[in-house]
Amino acid sequence: MRINPRHTDKLMSAGLSLQALFTVGILILIIAIIFIKGFPYVTAEFIFSYPEDMGRLGGVFPSIIGTIFLGLLSIAFATPLGIGTAIYLTEYTKESTLTRVIRFGVESLAGIPSIIYGLFGFIFFVIKLGLGWSLLSGTLTVAIMVLPTIIRTSEEAIKSVPKNLRTVSFSLGATKWETVTRVIIPSAAPGILTGIMLSIGRAVSETAAVIFTMGSSLRLPTSIMDSGRTMAVHFYILAREGISMEKAYATALVLVLSILVINILAYYLMHRMIARYS
Amino acid sequence: MKVRFHGLLLLLLMPLVPCCHHGVQGASGGRKTTVTVAGSTSVMPFSEKLAEHFKIERPRITVDVQGGGSSAGIQACINRTVEIGMSSRELKGDEKILRQIVICHDGIAVVVHPRNPIRDITLEQVRAVYGGKIRNWKALGWIDRNIDAVTREEGSGTRGAFEELAMRKTDIDDSTMVQDSNGSVKEVVATDPYAIGYLSLGVVDAKVRALSVGGVSPTVKNIKTGKYRMVRPFLYLTMGEPGETARLFIAYVLSKEGQGILKKEGLIPVNE
Amino acid sequence: MNRRFINKDALIRLVLLLFALSSLLFLFTIFVFILSEGLPLFYKAGVSSITLGMKWAPTKGYFGIFPMIVSSFMVTFGALVVGAPLALACATYLSEYAGKKTKIFLKPSLELLAGIPSVVYGFLGVVYIVPLIREYTGGSGFSILATSLVLGIMVLPTITSISFDSLMSVPAAFREGSLAMGATKWQTVYRVVLPAARSGILASFILGMGRAIGETMAVIMVAGNALKIPTSLLDPLRTLTSNIALELAYATDDHRSALFSTGVVLLVIIMSLNLLANFWVKRRVSR
Repeated sequence: MRINPRHTDKLMSAGLSLQALFTVGILILIIAIIFIKGFPYVTAEFIFSYPEDMGRLGGVFPSIIGTIFLGLLSIAFATPLGIGTAIYLTEYTKESTLTRVIRFGVESLAGIPSIIYGLFGFIFFVIKLGLGWSLLSGTLTVAIMVLPTIIRTSEEAIKSVPKNLRTVSFSLGATKWETVTRVIIPSAAPGILTGIMLSIGRAVSETAAVIFTMGSSLRLPTSIMDSGRTMAVHFYILAREGISMEKAYATALVLVLSILVINILAYYLMHRMIARYS
Repeated sequence: MKVRFHGLLLLLLMPLVPCCHHGVQGASGGRKTTVTVAGSTSVMPFSEKLAEHFKIERPRITVDVQGGGSSAGIQACINRTVEIGMSSRELKGDEKILRQIVICHDGIAVVVHPRNPIRDITLEQVRAVYGGKIRNWKALGWIDRNIDAVTREEGSGTRGAFEELAMRKTDIDDSTMVQDSNGSVKEVVATDPYAIGYLSLGVVDAKVRALSVGGVSPTVKNIKTGKYRMVRPFLYLTMGEPGETARLFIAYVLSKEGQGILKKEGLIPVNE
Repeated sequence: MNRRFINKDALIRLVLLLFALSSLLFLFTIFVFILSEGLPLFYKAGVSSITLGMKWAPTKGYFGIFPMIVSSFMVTFGALVVGAPLALACATYLSEYAGKKTKIFLKPSLELLAGIPSVVYGFLGVVYIVPLIREYTGGSGFSILATSLVLGIMVLPTITSISFDSLMSVPAAFREGSLAMGATKWQTVYRVVLPAARSGILASFILGMGRAIGETMAVIMVAGNALKIPTSLLDPLRTLTSNIALELAYATDDHRSALFSTGVVLLVIIMSLNLLANFWVKRRVSR
């Protein structure tokens, strides 16, 4: 007996929306669990004091600082390179073998898994260059990791700046570089910032690449040659060793909250960008 | 806009300042205020504890403790990358050019879940379980359930000691689960009622139960009298004579206070 | 024109070109170092003894990683089984059924799922999924099943996002034509839109595989890390990535080289997957 296609239609439509809801449900469940289990332990003391007894007691202040330093410094390295590459690819050349090779290079970098970055960072920065487990090694490794993201989002942002802005700028007598720096980049700023924010999010949540380059010292890093922990690394160690479930959940909460805030900011900026040009 | 940009730049460059300052101070020949201790992850938590207490006595000196494993610590010490290396196994071959200081002894305990009714196991049984010959708790006197055996990873000092002292010539079976630290082995055994693992005696707490091996329970007394055989030394290693700050820390570790801290943690002090 | 302007512009262009070439430089450096550390062991011990070898005991001279290659593929496939249908459903819903308001809410939520750190996924897997599996089956809980479940959720955003892009780029005319001929929405989606987006969807699966096979931290926490090839869904396993991460900190000499060799194999697999995915995407464009 043939089923009425109208019934299948309604069924599938309901089925699909249920699955989408289920997926969002997973996300909400994850955040809810971490929130409920971690919130009671995220106190001012937790955020501002130092870990004691391997993290069983005390707080996570050094890892917060370590995370902030790693995030900001890796962006500091990657952003000029990334935006410069994006500008070059969009404004200063036409499509050619060179640009295709460069894009291939960027795509390939994006596809390399984080453990390989960890391997590379370990053998190159930590050992061969003698930088040891340090903020510097971690920063350089993470900078290369997030470079493709910055290039991609900057390119998108620059491409969506309307062409007439450029023509107007040239007709007013500006040079190419002046046009780029005073007209195009400012217009593309929200999109570029989105990419930067997403990269910070990535740097903050990275573990495999960071643990083998920055190390896992509990100290507060006061110089770039110091080792330290990021929140993600500290959480991993707490969780894996069963040192303290409460502290683990609390660390996870701070970690997930920061990433949530960063992502929301990124989206807000992206919508500003879209609103500007639609 | 310009001010904000420069402010951000300043913030980013901030970590570089202490780095330069650090270098200048060292070059001028002043007393170094940091000692790096790196190596075995078994020794690491205890070095951390000692460092914490040492800081109270000597606030100006910072002891920086890193992991990396016994082998890595030994290498780093030979290369002079770190001042003090930590090892949880005996030195082999070329490694013996390092100066060894035994800071304490540590037993290797075979542990099971607290709900596991078994209290004693023979060395042959341990070997059979880890060798893959005994796979069911039935054979050891418990219920019909697979044994979830956990071992440390290759290259671990603790595993090396376990292989030498317990396994002898038998290889650890391929189907055994692997965790990469004492803490994570303990965590698995603490949460899985059917698990068995081995770890540093100093790490054992109420979450797991240490079995007696061949009728001998892993107590400090039994280790001192030599009855409990699965023991290994915790070593601090230096390349030649240690520097002044390193010497101060090592002296503290060997002092009555330092040894007292280690004893409290469940390790066997050397100087008694 | 002023000579100074021309030179300045050429200089800027040169600097920007160097910036752009930096990506290639980094890629090159990464490959060079990983290969230089990993290839020598292939010469010394033989390619087949490593890639096809069954025994991994690097401190005793055995560098066989075949069980890990198999295990990596097993959990990747498992992740696809868990995640792909769900992801495809989400993508289809988003592109074909969801209203604008739902889209604005749903899409960022999925990307947020991607932003959660892998260690958090691993942690939740250990605390909730592993004990559940242990309770209802006879194993330790650390298994292919646990790993596939966790990885499946982790690759959801990747597959959804790329499939979504693929579906959105199917021309409206396809849908309109189908509906005009009296087909229901579902019939249109099932028989017209999905087939049209086939290459892109397949590409998304392959990229999802690439993400799953490259995942490290979450896998270490739930897979059990045993060396044997798993024979059942409930057996513990070790992937190529876990192998590297578990032993890198302790390894010296040949042991360390063996880990880099593992890295080389991993790189080859993932680069191949990426190339394959790109090939599928290009096919879609040229259609």
